[in-house]
Amino acid sequence: MQIEAIINNKKVAWEIENDELLADTLRAKGLLSIRQGCDTSCCGLCTVWIEGKPTLSCTTLSFRINGKNVTTIEGIQEEAAAFAQVLVAEGADQCGFCSPGFIMTVLAMKNELKNPAEEEIIHYLTGNLCRCTGYMGQLRAVKKYLGVE
Amino acid sequence: MNFIGKGIPKIDGISIATGKPVYTEDLVMANALVVKILRSPHAFAKITSIDTAQAENLPGVACILTHRDVPKIRFTLAGQSYPEPSPYDRYILDEMVRYVGDEVAIIAAVDEKTAVKAMHLIKVEYEVFEPVLDFEKAEGHPSVVHPEDDLHCNFDIGLNKDKNIASSKYVEIGDVEEELKKCDVVVEETYYTQAQAHAMMETYRAFSYLDHSGRLVVVSSTQIPFHVRRQLARALQIPASRIRVVKPRIGGGFGGKQTGAVEVFAAIVTLKTGQPAKIIYDRKETFTCTTSRHAMRLKVRLGADLDGTIRALDIQGLSDTGAYGEHAPTVFSVVGEKTLPLYNKTKAVRFLGNAVYTNKMPAGALRGYGATQGTFALECTVNKLAQKLGMDPAEIRLKNLIRQGETSLPYQGKLLGSSTLDKCIETGKNLIGWQEKYPSQEVGSNKVRAVGMAVTMQGSGIAGIDTASAEIRLHDEGNYTLLIGSTDMGTGSDTILAQMAAEVLETSLENIIVNAADTDVSPYDPGSYASSTTYVTGMAVVRAAEDLKKQILEHGAKFLEISPAEVEFDGKTLQTLDGNKAIGLRELAPLLVLGTGKQQLVGTATYGSDVSPPPFIAGFAEVEVDKETGKVDLLDYVAVVDCGTVINSNLARIQVEGGIVQGIGMALYEDVRYDQKGNLLTNSFMQYKIPCRKDIGTVRVAFEESFEPTGPFGAKSIGEVVINTPAPAIAHAVFNAVGVQVTTLPITPEKVFMGMGMEKAK
Repeated sequence: MQIEAIINNKKVAWEIENDELLADTLRAKGLLSIRQGCDTSCCGLCTVWIEGKPTLSCTTLSFRINGKNVTTIEGIQEEAAAFAQVLVAEGADQCGFCSPGFIMTVLAMKNELKNPAEEEIIHYLTGNLCRCTGYMGQLRAVKKYLGVE
Repeated sequence: MNFIGKGIPKIDGISIATGKPVYTEDLVMANALVVKILRSPHAFAKITSIDTAQAENLPGVACILTHRDVPKIRFTLAGQSYPEPSPYDRYILDEMVRYVGDEVAIIAAVDEKTAVKAMHLIKVEYEVFEPVLDFEKAEGHPSVVHPEDDLHCNFDIGLNKDKNIASSKYVEIGDVEEELKKCDVVVEETYYTQAQAHAMMETYRAFSYLDHSGRLVVVSSTQIPFHVRRQLARALQIPASRIRVVKPRIGGGFGGKQTGAVEVFAAIVTLKTGQPAKIIYDRKETFTCTTSRHAMRLKVRLGADLDGTIRALDIQGLSDTGAYGEHAPTVFSVVGEKTLPLYNKTKAVRFLGNAVYTNKMPAGALRGYGATQGTFALECTVNKLAQKLGMDPAEIRLKNLIRQGETSLPYQGKLLGSSTLDKCIETGKNLIGWQEKYPSQEVGSNKVRAVGMAVTMQGSGIAGIDTASAEIRLHDEGNYTLLIGSTDMGTGSDTILAQMAAEVLETSLENIIVNAADTDVSPYDPGSYASSTTYVTGMAVVRAAEDLKKQILEHGAKFLEISPAEVEFDGKTLQTLDGNKAIGLRELAPLLVLGTGKQQLVGTATYGSDVSPPPFIAGFAEVEVDKETGKVDLLDYVAVVDCGTVINSNLARIQVEGGIVQGIGMALYEDVRYDQKGNLLTNSFMQYKIPCRKDIGTVRVAFEESFEPTGPFGAKSIGEVVINTPAPAIAHAVFNAVGVQVTTLPITPEKVFMGMGMEKAK
C-alpha cells in the first residue's frame, strides 16, 4: 500500500507492505539511527516522535503514520547534539546503541515537562533501558541539560 | 599529566549518541542474503531425516544447509588464545541437537519473509532422548550429552564425556581437612547462582562477503576479531590468510561477544553462494540460543579462630556449562583464583569440582567470569562468620585481607603489587553511614532498613597468556595513527588508549587517529575481555609510543646534525639542549615520510604480563525490606574502587555504576527459568527483568587509587570487578533486615517472604 507522511520535515510517499513495522520501514529508507533492542516494547531503543510524541516504532505499523509527522534523531541533529555533548561529557554514552531512542525521549520530555523533579525525570525515562551505564550518569546529564537540581 | 586521570569525552561519543550509522547492521550492503536458523524444538534429540526440497524450491531461496553440508571438524566458539582450553565439541551443524534452540539448518534467502517461509517448509524428524536438565543430576546421568568420538581437547581439562563432565578442577594448598579440624569455628553453606543473561542492547549480528581477491570478509559485532578468524579457519577448513574480520562499533558485549555466536553461519553461506550474507539475532534468539553466565552451586566451608582469623577456605563447586563447553574450564577455575587469595591468613585453601554438560543453552563468558559466582559464595560465608562470632563484618575483613606487598597461599610467594582495599572499606563505611546504620533500623509501617557489605577482587588480563601488540605511525602531517586490535565495546577503551599515547607523545587527542579492529590491519590482540585492555593493551600502547618517541628523537637529531642525547622533544618541536637549533615535528614528519629522510617512523611494542594484578572493591548496600511482602528496595549502593591509577575519571565512574547495576540485576531481578522439557521461559525482557531506572536507588562511587607498578601509569583493570559485590552485599543487608539468608539468587520477594515464615516457625 502507499502512504504519505512527513518525515523529518520532508514529504514522502512510500510503498509499504500492510504488515510492515515502522522501525523496519524507517531503516529501509536509510534512517539508520533506528535500533531495535527487543520486539516486546520493553527497551525504548526504537523511539521516534509521531506528531511530537515519543512512540515505539518497532510496534507501530507503518500505515499508521499515513498523513502524520514523524521525527527521528536524524531530523533534529542540532538539539540532539546539544544534549549529546552533555551526555558524552559525563561519560554516559558508553556503547551508544540505546542513545538515539534515549535522546528522543529526553528531548520529548524537555518539551513536555517544565522543571521536572528527579522523580518525574526517572518516571518519564523508565521505558528506556540501558545495560551499560547503570543510569546514574544519564540522570546527571539530563539534570545538567535541563538545568534542574 | 595532561591526559591521565582526566574525564575526557569518548572520541566516538557524539557520533554514537546522535545515531550515526557506525554499527554492524548499518554497514551491510543492500543485496546481502538474509540468514535464518531453523532450531531444535527438543532439548536432546538426533535428527533422523531432513527434507529441504520444498524449501529449496521456494523462489528467492539461495541455499539451505544441514549437517550434511558442513565440514566434520569440531571446534569451539569460545574466544580464547590458542590453544583454547575449551573443548572442541561442536560442528557448525550436527545431527545431534543438544538443547532447545540448537541449530538444525541454515537458510539464506533474498529477504526475511522468504527465509522464514522457507524455514517453515523444512521437514525434520527427530529421535528424541531424555534430556539432562538438572545440572546436579548431570554427572552419571543415563543420557550422555556428548557421545561423539571426535570431541577434542587441546590439553587435559579433566573432561569425562561419558559422565557429562566437561572439565574438572582440584587445587589444594596445605591440608584443608586437617586445618578445618583445628579451627574454633567452621561455617558452612551452599549457594546457587543463576545463569545471568548479558542483555547487551545490540543483539548478536554479523555479515560477510567475498572481497576483490576472493577472500572472506566478516564484519561482526565481536569482542574477539582475531579469535573469530581462527575459529572460522578451523570450522570452515580454509586458511586464516583467506579470512578478514572487521569490528565496527559494538553495542555492548559484557563477555557475550567473547564467544563467536553468529559469524560462522553468515560466513558459510557466503562461501557456499559467493554472495554477501547477513545474520541478525532477535532478542528471543539472543536469550535462547547464545550463551549466558554459568549457573553454579558452590559449597563453602570456612574455618576460623575465635578472634575471627580465617584459617581455612574450601570451595566445592559445580558449574552448568549447558550443551557446549565454551569457557567451561576457565570460568570454573576463576571461581577459586579470584576468591582464595583475598584473605591471606589462611593455612590451607582448596577449590574443587566439575563443570558439567546439560541439555540447556551453553554458558559462556560474562563479566566477572566465575569471580562473580565465587564472590557471592565466599562473601556471604564471611558475613555469616561475622554473625556467628558477633564481630563487625568490616572488622573481620580488615583483620584478614591481603595487603599491598604481602603474599597469599595461591600466589605461591609472589607479592601483591598494589592494594588500597583497606582504605576502600573505611571510605565505604563512612559513605554509607555504617556506624549509625549497621545492622538495621525499623522505619515503621512494617518496614525495616539495613546495610550489608562485601569485598572483591578480579584480575587485569590473563597472566602469562594475554599478549597484545600496538603500533603508532607518524604521518607526513605530523599526526599519528594508533593501531590496536582491542575492541572498545562501549567502555571507551579506544579513548583511554589514545590518552595514554597522547600522554607519552605529548600531543593532543585530536592528533591521534585510533584504528581498531581489523585483522588485516591491526596488530594482534586477543580482544577486549578478561579485564585486559587498559592493563595489557595499555602497556603495549605506552611502549609503542615510547619507541616512536625515541625514533623521532634519533631522526630529529640527524636532521639537526647532533647526537640524540642532546635533543629534546616536547611533542611539537625538537630542539637542541642548548637551544641553538630546532625543527618542528610538522617539518620533520614530511621529510621522513616523503622527503630526504626516507623512513616513515612506526613505534611498535608487544606486551604480556606474568602477573594479573587484582583491582579491588568494597561494596555497601542499604535496603528497605517490607516485612508484609518480602519486597526488597535497594535504597543506596556505595562502591569504593581500587583500580590503580584512574586513566579517565568519567569513564571509570560509569564502568563502576554500570557494573554495579548489572550486579544489582543479578542480585534482585534476573531470574532464569526453564520448563520441564528444557524450554527457556525467560526469553524476552517481559519475562527476564533487567534493572530499569526505578529499580536501583542511588549508586555512589568513590576511588581509592593505588599505583600498580606493572601497569600503564600505575593502572589496573576495572571492567569486571565492578559486578561482583552487589549480590553478596544485598544478601547481607536483607539478612540484617529480616534475618533471612537467601542463598539462591536472585533474592526475590517470594524467597524473602518464605524465609521470614521459616524464621517465625523456628
